[in-house]
Amino acid sequence: MEKILDFKIKGRDFINAGESTSKMKNYFKKIGISSKIIKRILVASYEAELNVVAHADSGVMEIFVDEDKIVVTVEDEGPGIEDIDRAMQEGFSTASDEVREMGFGAGMGLPNIKRNSDDLEIESEVNKGTRVKMVFNVS
Amino acid sequence: MKVKEVVELIDGEVLLGDEKLNVEVPAAYSADLLSDVLALTEEDTLLITGTVSLQVIRVAEILGIIGIIFVRGKKPQDNVIQVAQKRLDIPLIVTKKTMFETSGLLYQKGIRPCKNRSAREV
Ligand SMILES: Nc1ncnc2c1ncn2[C@@H]1O[C@H](COP(=O)(O)OP(=O)(O)OP(=O)(O)O)[C@@H](O)[C@H]1O
Ligand SMILES: [Mg+2]
Repeated sequence: MEKILDFKIKGRDFINAGESTSKMKNYFKKIGISSKIIKRILVASYEAELNVVAHADSGVMEIFVDEDKIVVTVEDEGPGIEDIDRAMQEGFSTASDEVREMGFGAGMGLPNIKRNSDDLEIESEVNKGTRVKMVFNVS
Repeated sequence: MKVKEVVELIDGEVLLGDEKLNVEVPAAYSADLLSDVLALTEEDTLLITGTVSLQVIRVAEILGIIGIIFVRGKKPQDNVIQVAQKRLDIPLIVTKKTMFETSGLLYQKGIRPCKNRSAREV
């Protein structure tokens, strides 16, 4: 797989969260991905990026492409997730009030990532960090 | 119904997108929670919200929202409007009416709920 883009993500930086998705959108349009699939990739990637901003210290998003799929990985340094099954449940959230005031923190992000991707892997180590890998079939 | 008629109906003020007022509004969705908007909205839709943070603009961009109505007279700050101007080619409208009244008025005139996923369909 070829890496085509990468972005740094800063914890607490809600202002710049989402800048990367608009660059991704332009790139995917250029290589001819359908707008329906682009929307799924952008929604899932934005949710994963927001999770780093809301819950972790810093992270990196990387985007890989081959003929039949697009892979987005988001890896962070942060508190990690203690119980991934629980975090996957709709409605489970440990988000702060600050996060909620901006309109997030409903515990919908991870389930939404799962719904929008064709494959999802989450690895996490408490007090170290989390790695989310999302696969999107494009053919 | 066109955006222009929606503006009249809700006694709205157009902040941005004067040239886009002839766009047809097929469907709408009302929510303050951006988590819900991101998770539940399926098709292109008009968003009715009381959330005026910068993130609402990002979410609209990602989902291809066709216009935003801010309710209860809450106006986004200038920097938020600037980002919207740069990034979105859609109307932003403010109304003094509540979310309930705004939604009701639009519904009464035939604007339908957008197709959405119900929660718990993971
Ligand atoms: N990168 C991460 N690092 C640490 N904890 C995380 C991370 N991602 C998710 N979590 C934990 O999993 C929970 C559920 O995440 P999820 O994205 O579903 O909801 P949320 O971020 O709390 O709210 P929403 O996504 O609706 O804004 C979070 O509240 C947090 O406790
Ligand atoms: Mg989240």
